[in-house]
Amino acid sequence: MSLWAVILLSGLLTFGTRLSFILLLDRINVPGWFRSGLRFVPAAVLSAIILPELATRSAVLDVSLHNPQLYAGALAVLAAWRTKNVLLTIIVGMAALLIFQALLWKF
Amino acid sequence: MTTRKQEFWLGVRDEAPILLGVAPFGLIFGTVAIHASIAAPVAQAMSSIIFAGSSQFIAAGMVGTGVSRLAIILVVFMVNLRHALYSASVAPHMRHLSPIWKFLLAYLLTDEAYAVTITHYRQDDDPTNKHWYFLGAGLTLWTTWQVSTATGIFIGAQLPQNWPLGFILSLTFIALVVPALKDKASVVAAVTAALVGVLTFGFPFKIGLLAAAFIGILTGLLVEGRQK
Repeated sequence: MSLWAVILLSGLLTFGTRLSFILLLDRINVPGWFRSGLRFVPAAVLSAIILPELATRSAVLDVSLHNPQLYAGALAVLAAWRTKNVLLTIIVGMAALLIFQALLWKF
Repeated sequence: MTTRKQEFWLGVRDEAPILLGVAPFGLIFGTVAIHASIAAPVAQAMSSIIFAGSSQFIAAGMVGTGVSRLAIILVVFMVNLRHALYSASVAPHMRHLSPIWKFLLAYLLTDEAYAVTITHYRQDDDPTNKHWYFLGAGLTLWTTWQVSTATGIFIGAQLPQNWPLGFILSLTFIALVVPALKDKASVVAAVTAALVGVLTFGFPFKIGLLAAAFIGILTGLLVEGRQK
């Protein structure tokens, strides 16, 4: 199989996954709990991306007091909650990361 | 009522901060693919045909390691399975759209476009033209991903060392998720998913991410059920 075929098939499968429920939800009857569960999709999936990302440094899990990303992330959560502003959250998070990195350097 | 044009540009604007994390990621992908001896047109095709960042990195890493081609396809499929959840989540808002719109927006349904679009869909205002917002956000991300990949391929990426890419992307997701946590059930769902995500970090092919998402959703449903 050529690399082109691999990419084409991978792309088709990915596209099919993305299209799946957008097409299907009109045609099939899904149970009520399924519909209620959809409400939690963004919070659950994105949180499951966020915390492991903050808890790893150079692809290694580091859940310790020496991981500056955890402190900076916590401050970003606070900023997001208070301001509801994406750009401000990024600025607070990045500034906090730089400061905590400098502080934790000494330990 | 907001016009189509207003919705489109609102989508572009809201997607913009996320590009801070995405453009360097695309640059690096282009560079990594070339270093993995993938030809330039093939590397670019990965970004336009697969169009899913982390799975592209994994696929590029597997090419040339002697892994079977079928295994690469399977891994890309697994890593991108979470998009089915996004698909189910936006589907109720897309009922009224023509098949062309559904196909086009499904193609643009990435993590980053989903995160801003679902936030917009859930705001309690007139939903008539919200697919134009989705299109604006999706196309912005798509264009950035293609251009940054091409730049990485032809110029190579020279990012400052320790540029915290994943961290920046996490910050944008935090900014979108946290304000949406308005009730106890959502908070419990998010916290549970986050913790399970860390516990299952070592699992291959993002199986941990899928498991964490499902457990988070189920916990949210349980808490909600108990409140009624």
